[in-house]
Amino acid sequence: MLDRREICAEVLRDRGPMLCVASLGAAAWDITAIGDGPQNLPLWGGMGGAAMIGLGLALAQPEVPVLVIAGDGEMLMAVGSLATIAHQAPRNLAVLVLDNEHYGETGMQATATRHGTDLLVMAQGAGISRTRRIASLDDVRALRAEALAMQGPLFALAKIDPAPKPLVLPPREGALLQARMREHLLGPSAHTA
Amino acid sequence: MESAPNAQATWPDDLYDLLKRHGIRQVALVPDAGHARLIRRCEADNDLRVVTVTTEEEGVALMQGAWLGGQKAVLLMQSSGVGNCINMLSLSAIHRCPMPMIVTMRGDFGEFNPAQVPMGQATQAVLEAMGTIVHRADRAEDVIPTAEATLKLAFNTFRPAATLIGQRVLGAKTFGKDD
Repeated sequence: MLDRREICAEVLRDRGPMLCVASLGAAAWDITAIGDGPQNLPLWGGMGGAAMIGLGLALAQPEVPVLVIAGDGEMLMAVGSLATIAHQAPRNLAVLVLDNEHYGETGMQATATRHGTDLLVMAQGAGISRTRRIASLDDVRALRAEALAMQGPLFALAKIDPAPKPLVLPPREGALLQARMREHLLGPSAHTA
Repeated sequence: MESAPNAQATWPDDLYDLLKRHGIRQVALVPDAGHARLIRRCEADNDLRVVTVTTEEEGVALMQGAWLGGQKAVLLMQSSGVGNCINMLSLSAIHRCPMPMIVTMRGDFGEFNPAQVPMGQATQAVLEAMGTIVHRADRAEDVIPTAEATLKLAFNTFRPAATLIGQRVLGAKTFGKDD
């Protein structure tokens, strides 16, 4: 089984202009462990909203690749947004689900994916035609290449080792997290708009 | 009488003009009869991205993403959809993200359907509990000034703000039982 931090390190290596939205909990700690900065939005709340934040961002910045990294609990809460994304079909949006089959922040209770629910099939059923099962770091590199080439919308699913990782917390002030990405994209005028 | 404005009402077209004047680029919505004409106008405009969401909380998250990327967005919904947004509205407080909402009311003035009343009567309280500044428009001539105040509050002061368009403006749906 793949290591979640190795996946994140690989997908964010040589990321170029790629923006990354990570769902609250382990995915947010993961991208922060790889390296925090204005191209990242690690979420502290809004469970179920990561993919739609990615969609709004991708539509607003159509020439910038956007990667959403979400846990399985997060994605199960938001399967309807897969239909919304399929309908909007932004070529610059990729969703990567790190599926440990558990709610990791709350005591490792099993999620539905532990009992047979397949989020990749759900994404296909929602109408996202470009899907990929991640079984190796080579698969991660292929996903990164497709995402940077903006061949989306893409959906990828990686079954990962559920063992917890050291906590690496991003800044806790959400206004800072938002403002730094807006400034990165829009320049100083982000704050006077 | 449908719960939609009659053909003589100008405010749905005026709302479209208002959204354009304020530079709105993304319109998230779950359809409602009260917004049908506005939705048609938005769909006919190639500079507006209409995002029909499966549940209203998706629209809240979409507004967060749009603002991160430098675009203004608005959420159109019926009052019942407000209940689907509650926790996602945290994003506005967390990041100080503008989130304007234009809500057509049910379970309000002269309602026929008992199922609409619980959420309709809770709509304003629920929004306010999540920090939303709420204004009502209960006369047709109030819709545009109120919606404009909502857009200004949201984008100038970085918070959720909502206009509730009352059923007195929209008319009450009676399923053919007009007595």
